[in-house]
Amino acid sequence: MQNDQLALAQTRGSVDPRVKRPLPAWVSTTALLLPTYGWLTIAIFLPLLTMLAFSFMSATPMGKTPVEFTLKQYRAFIDQPYLLRIGFNSLMMGFWTTLFCAILGFLAAVALVRATVGKTRETLLVLILLPFWTNGLVRVFSWTMVLRENGFLDNILHMVVPDAGSISILYTRYAVVLGLVHGYLPYMILTCYIALVTIDDAIIEAAASLGARWWTILYKILIPMAAPGLISGAVLIFIPVIGSFMEPRILGGRVGVTMGTVIEDQFTQAFNWPLGASLSFTLLAVVLAIFATFSGVLRGRTAG
Amino acid sequence: MTNVKVKSVAKTYGPIPVLTDISTEFQEGSFTSLLGPSGSGKTTLLRIIAGFIKPDEGVVMIGNSDVTNVPVWGRNIGMMFQSYALFPHMTIAQNVAFGLERRGIKGEAARKEVDRALEMVRLSGFGDRLPKQLSGGQQQRVALARAIVIKPSVLLLDEPLSALDRRLRQEMQVELLRIQRESGLTTIFVTHDQEEALTLSDKVAILDRGRIVQIGDPETVYEKPLTRFAAEFLGDSNFLSGKVENGAVRLSNGTVVRSDSALPGNGADVTLAIRPEKMSLVTADTQPNKLSARITTVIYAGPVLSYILETPDGLPLKLFAQNRDGRVLREGETVSLSWSPEHTIAVAN
Repeated sequence: MQNDQLALAQTRGSVDPRVKRPLPAWVSTTALLLPTYGWLTIAIFLPLLTMLAFSFMSATPMGKTPVEFTLKQYRAFIDQPYLLRIGFNSLMMGFWTTLFCAILGFLAAVALVRATVGKTRETLLVLILLPFWTNGLVRVFSWTMVLRENGFLDNILHMVVPDAGSISILYTRYAVVLGLVHGYLPYMILTCYIALVTIDDAIIEAAASLGARWWTILYKILIPMAAPGLISGAVLIFIPVIGSFMEPRILGGRVGVTMGTVIEDQFTQAFNWPLGASLSFTLLAVVLAIFATFSGVLRGRTAG
Repeated sequence: MTNVKVKSVAKTYGPIPVLTDISTEFQEGSFTSLLGPSGSGKTTLLRIIAGFIKPDEGVVMIGNSDVTNVPVWGRNIGMMFQSYALFPHMTIAQNVAFGLERRGIKGEAARKEVDRALEMVRLSGFGDRLPKQLSGGQQQRVALARAIVIKPSVLLLDEPLSALDRRLRQEMQVELLRIQRESGLTTIFVTHDQEEALTLSDKVAILDRGRIVQIGDPETVYEKPLTRFAAEFLGDSNFLSGKVENGAVRLSNGTVVRSDSALPGNGADVTLAIRPEKMSLVTADTQPNKLSARITTVIYAGPVLSYILETPDGLPLKLFAQNRDGRVLREGETVSLSWSPEHTIAVAN
C-alpha cells in the first residue's frame, strides 16, 4: 500500500514538470561548505604551504644569493643550542600562563554562573570582555606604567609604606606572564562558563545533600564536569602564548626572548625567512606532540 | 529513623510571603505528602527542611537536634530530585558510593553497601554503567539508591516521579512505597499530583498560599475537607452556599439541605461541599437532600460517567456515576439528584 503510493508519487513527479526533484544531499552539503573551505584554502592553507616550502630553502628567495633545497634549517636547534633554552622558556611561559588562566578563569566562571541576581551576570560578562575590546598594544603598554619603577604599583605601595623598596617587576618573566594572563584570561573564562552553565543546579544540591562541602563539590563535580571547557580553554591559550612576541618584548625586555620573538626577528630583522619558517614548523610540531600526549592521557582517564 | 519537626517557620522573598507560620511534625517512619498548587510553598518547605533555604523565622528539628543553622551537608538527609540529578561523569556504583565516601566509608565496606542498595532498587549488575546508558526510570531508581544508602535521618523527595511517563510512574510509586516501608525512613514527598499523594501517603498536608490548610490521613483529608480550597484541590467538589436555618441550610433557591457537619448558628452564611461521586441520580431515593438539574454535558469514560449539570437557577454541578447498567443519560434531560447529609460537608471559605 505504502509502496504503491510511493511509486505513484514518483511517476507523478516525472510526469509533472513543475515538481522539481530534490538535489542529492552531497550537492547541497558541498555548496554550503565551499565558501568556507575555499576561503580557508586561499587564506590559510596556501600561505602555510609557501612557508613550508621556504623552510626547505637555503636563503630567502628574494635576494641575489642562489637558493637551494636544504634540511639544514631544521638543524637550528642542534647548531644553535641557545634556541633549546629559549624554546624551553617559551614552553614554561605557556605552561604558567595557561595554569594561572585555568585557576583564575575557572573560579571567575563559577562566580559568573552563580551570579543570578538582576543584571550582575551581564555586567560581569562585559567587564570580562573589556580586554578583548582594547587594543593589545595599548593594554600591554599600560602594564608597563603600572609595573615600572616608580610606576603606579610602587606609588600605591609608598603611599601606604613610605620606606618600602621598589617592587618593580617590569622586565622580568613575572611581568610577561602577568601581561599574557591578562590578555588571554577571557578565553578561559568563556570556555569554562559555557561548560559550567550546563550543569544542573540539582546535581550540586544532590552532592551537598549527600554530605559534600564546597571543596568536594569543586573537585569531584564541577572540575570533572567542566573539564571539556578547561581543556579547550587551555588549547586556545597555550598555542598563541608560546608563539607570542608582543608581550615578551614590551614587558620582558632583556629576558623576554622567546620563540615568538626569535621567529619574528628572523622575518623582520635578520631577513632569514627559511629559518623563521622552520622554527615555526618545529614549534607547531612540538605543540602537536604535547597535545597528542595529553589527549591520550585524558582519553585514558575518561575510559578508566 | 527520626521524626522531623518544623516550628513557626516563615519565609519571605522580598515583599512576597512564601511560607507563613508553618508548624507541623512528620512522625518517625511516616510517609507525608506536601500537596499544593505551584506557588503554595510546598517546595520551599521541603528545601527549608533540607537546608538549601534558611527560614526567616522558626526552627527545624531533625530528631532531637535543632538543625536550623546546620548546613545541608551536615544534616544527613537523602534527597531525590525531579531531574534525577545523577553525576553524569561517574558510574552508577560511584554515584551510589558518593555519600558513603563523604562519611569515610571506602573500599570493600562501601562496595557491599552499594551492592545492597542497588539490589534494593533491583539494579544489581548495573554498577559499571554510566547514567546516560540507563532509562529514565532506572536513573530515578539509582537516585533513590544513592539517597538511601547513606541511611539518612529523613528522605526528602522533590517531585521525583513527575518526569516519568504514566505507566512508569505507577511502577515507581509501588517501588517507592515498598522501599520506604522496608527501610522505615521518615519520608516527605512534594507533589502536585493528588492521586499520587493519596496512594502513597500516611499523611497528606495541603498547602495554600504558604499555609498548611489541612493535614491528616488521606481518607480524612478527602472525606472531611476543612476548607473550600482543600475540597477543590484534592478531588472534585460541588459547592452550595446558603444560610443556616434551624440546624439545616436553606439555599438561595429555597431548597433546604441537611448536613451532619457542625453548623454555625441561625442566619450564618455557610458553604457546603459535596463530592460528585457521592451524588446519585436515582429518582426514588430516600435521601433527604435533593436537587433537580438539567444535564448539559455527558463525558463517557468507560467505567465512570461524568455528568455536568445545571440547576434551574444556574448553579453548576458535577456528578460521577458508576457505569453499572450501561444506561447513559442524554444531554438536555432534567434529572433529580440526591445525596446523604453525611456527605454534605460544611467548609470554611
